[in-house]
Amino acid sequence: MSKSATLPQAIATQFNRGPLAYAALTLYVLVTSALLLANTRTSLLTDIIFVLFLFGLLLIYRARVVGGYKLALAAALLLGVLPYFGTQNAFYVELAIQAAIFVTLALGLNVVVGFAGLLDLGYVAFFAVGAYLWGVLSTPQIAQIAPGASPVSPSMFYLFLAVGLLVGTIFGILLGFPVLRLRGDYLAIVTLGLGEVIRVLAVNLDRPVNITNGSQGIKDIARPPLPEVLRAILPGLGDAQIYQIFIYLMALLVLGVTVLVVYRLKNSRIGRAWEAIREDDVAAVAMGIPIVRMKLLAFAVGASFAGAMGVLFAAKQQFINPPTFDLLRSIGILAMVILGGMGSIPGAMLGGALVTLLDLQLLPRIAMELSALKRQGIGIPDWFDPAQYQRALFGLLLILMMIFRPAGVLPDERRREELREGEAETSAEVEPAAQSRAASTS
Amino acid sequence: MALLEAENITKVFGGLMAVNSVSLTVEKGSIVSVIGPNGAGKTTFFNVLTGIYKPDGGTITFDGESIVGLRPDQITQRGIARTFQNIRLFGNMTALENVMVGMHSRLRSGVWGAIFQTPATRTEEKRARQRARELLAFVGLERRMDELAKNLPYGDQRRLEIARALATQPKLILLDEPTAGMNPQETAEATELIRRLRDELGITVILIEHDMRVVMTISERITVLDYGSKIAEGKPEEIRTNPRVIEAYLGRGAVVEAQMG
Repeated sequence: MSKSATLPQAIATQFNRGPLAYAALTLYVLVTSALLLANTRTSLLTDIIFVLFLFGLLLIYRARVVGGYKLALAAALLLGVLPYFGTQNAFYVELAIQAAIFVTLALGLNVVVGFAGLLDLGYVAFFAVGAYLWGVLSTPQIAQIAPGASPVSPSMFYLFLAVGLLVGTIFGILLGFPVLRLRGDYLAIVTLGLGEVIRVLAVNLDRPVNITNGSQGIKDIARPPLPEVLRAILPGLGDAQIYQIFIYLMALLVLGVTVLVVYRLKNSRIGRAWEAIREDDVAAVAMGIPIVRMKLLAFAVGASFAGAMGVLFAAKQQFINPPTFDLLRSIGILAMVILGGMGSIPGAMLGGALVTLLDLQLLPRIAMELSALKRQGIGIPDWFDPAQYQRALFGLLLILMMIFRPAGVLPDERRREELREGEAETSAEVEPAAQSRAASTS
Repeated sequence: MALLEAENITKVFGGLMAVNSVSLTVEKGSIVSVIGPNGAGKTTFFNVLTGIYKPDGGTITFDGESIVGLRPDQITQRGIARTFQNIRLFGNMTALENVMVGMHSRLRSGVWGAIFQTPATRTEEKRARQRARELLAFVGLERRMDELAKNLPYGDQRRLEIARALATQPKLILLDEPTAGMNPQETAEATELIRRLRDELGITVILIEHDMRVVMTISERITVLDYGSKIAEGKPEEIRTNPRVIEAYLGRGAVVEAQMG
C-alpha cells in the first residue's frame, strides 16, 4: 500500500501520527466547537457544523494519539460542549439523544448479525418489549391489568433499566429458541415474522385484558425524577431543558456500557466462538462449540441492550404506540449496521449516527431549503416536491455506499479482507494448482 | 484396552446403505487406517463417529462410555477431534485464533468473566494464547500465527487444521485424507507429523487416506470399506495381498493377474 502512496495520502499519514496529529486534532476539535457555540440558531449552516463537530469523534478515534488524550477529548466533546450547546438549542440535543439510542440498537444488532452472522429482521421487537415494560408499569395502565395496582414510582426507573435489560434477554432467548435451528434466509423470514407478531400483539392486546392500550398507545409515561445535582450544575435553566440534558447523559451512559460490553465480548472466548460459527458452523461444532447455545447467547446479548434502551426510550418519549416498532424500524437498524460495516463496533456506531442524522436532520433540512427556493420561484419545476423525495435520496445514498464501499464505511479489519476475496481469488488459484501438481506426480 | 469400539454401525441415506454394519476397534495408542475406493463410506463413517450423523444402527463406545446420540460438540469434549477432507478452517481468522477456537471446550470463562475482565479470565486467556503458540510450534507454524488462515499455503492449512484439532485436547484424532493434494515432500512431512501425534503426544489416530505409501508405512491396522461394507481388516501386509481389496481397487482382472504373476 505504501508503495502507491499518493501525495494526499502521505499528507494524511503525517496528520495521523506524531506531534502534528495532536496539533491538528486539537485544532479541529476547538474550531468545530467554537463554530458550533457561535451558531446556536437552527439552520442549514448549524446542521453542517454539527455534523463536522460529530465527525471530530471519528477523527479522535482514528488518530494515532495516546489513548488517554483521545478519551479526554471525546469526554470534553460529549460531556462538555454538546450538553452546553444543548442549553442554547434543544433541537440538537434531541438529535444527539436519538443518535445515542439508535447507535446502541445498532451495536446490539451488530452482535447478532455481525458477530454471529444471524440475520435478524425483527430486532425492534426487543426495543418494543423494553418500552412497553416501562410504559405499562409506570402509568395507570397497570391498573387495567391488575385492578387496584398503582404505577411503580418514577424513581424505580434506574432499577427498570436493569429489568429492561433482563426482560430483553429473556425475550431474546424465548424468540431465539424456536428459530435458531434455521439458517440464513429462513432465519431472516422467521425473525421478521416474530418481530411483526410483537407489534401486532401491541396493537391487539387491549382485549380481553387491556395490557397495551392497543393502537392508541400509552401516554403520560413517567420520567425519572430530575437529580438535584443537575439543577445545581445548570442554574438558570428551565426544568424541561435540564431534563433533556439529563436524558442525553443517561442515553450516553447506556451507550457507553453497551460499547464496553460489546467490545469485551468480541475479544473473548465467546466472541471467537461467534466468529467461528459465522465462518463455518460445521467446523465450529466439530471444535466443541455448542452452536445452539452460542447463537442463543448472541440473540440474548443483542436483545438485552434493546430492552434497556426501550425503557429509556419510553421515558424520553412519554408516549409509545405500536407503529413506532414496525418492520421499517428493524430494517433501518439493519441498514445502520450494514452501512457502518458488519461486525465492526466503530462501524455500527458510525452507521447508527449517520443514518439518524440523515434521517432526522440533513434530509429534511435539504428538502426544506429546496421548498423555500421553490416558493421563491427559482428553477424547480412545479411537480417536484422535495419533501416527497427525501426517502429516494436516502435510498440513493445507500446504493452509492454499497457500490463504492461494499464493506461499509468503517469495516471490521477482517470483513474488509473477506470482501477483498474477489480480488484475492486470482492469487488463490495458485494454491489449488499445487493440488493438481501433486496429483500428477503421484 | 480398546479406546474406541464401534459395532455394526449402519447409516442409510434414503435407499442407499452408506455404511453397512461396519465394526471397528481401535486400541489406545495405535494408528489405524480406513481405506477404500471413492464413495466407499469412509467419510460418512467418520461423520457418524463424530456425531455429525446419527447412526441408524449400531453402538459406539469411546473410553468406556456410549457416545451414540451425543451432539458433535459433546463428542469433541469427550476427546475425539477431527480434521476435514476439504479443509474447513475459519478462513478470516488468524492461525492463532483458529487454534484458540479449538480450545473452546477446555476454557471456562463465560459472559461475566469477559465483561468484567476478571483476573481468572485474564489468566486463562493468557494461558490459552501461550498454549496455542506451543501447538502451532508443534506443527511448525509458529512463524505464521498472525496470518489469516485462508492466506496460508495449502500444506500449512492442513497443518493448521491438525493444530486446531489438537487444541481440543483429544485422546483420539480422526484425520480425513491429511495428505490429499500434497506433493511427495509435503506428504513425507505430514506422515512424520502424524507419527509424532502418537509418539510424542500419545494420541490415538484414525486415518482416512488414499496414498498407499502413507497408509502402508504408518498404520498398524487397516480397515477396508467398499460400498459401505467392511471387506477386509488386518495388518498392512495382509491387506496388501488380500484379493478382495485388490478387486475393490483394481477390478477382478487385476486379481487374476496378481495371482498369475
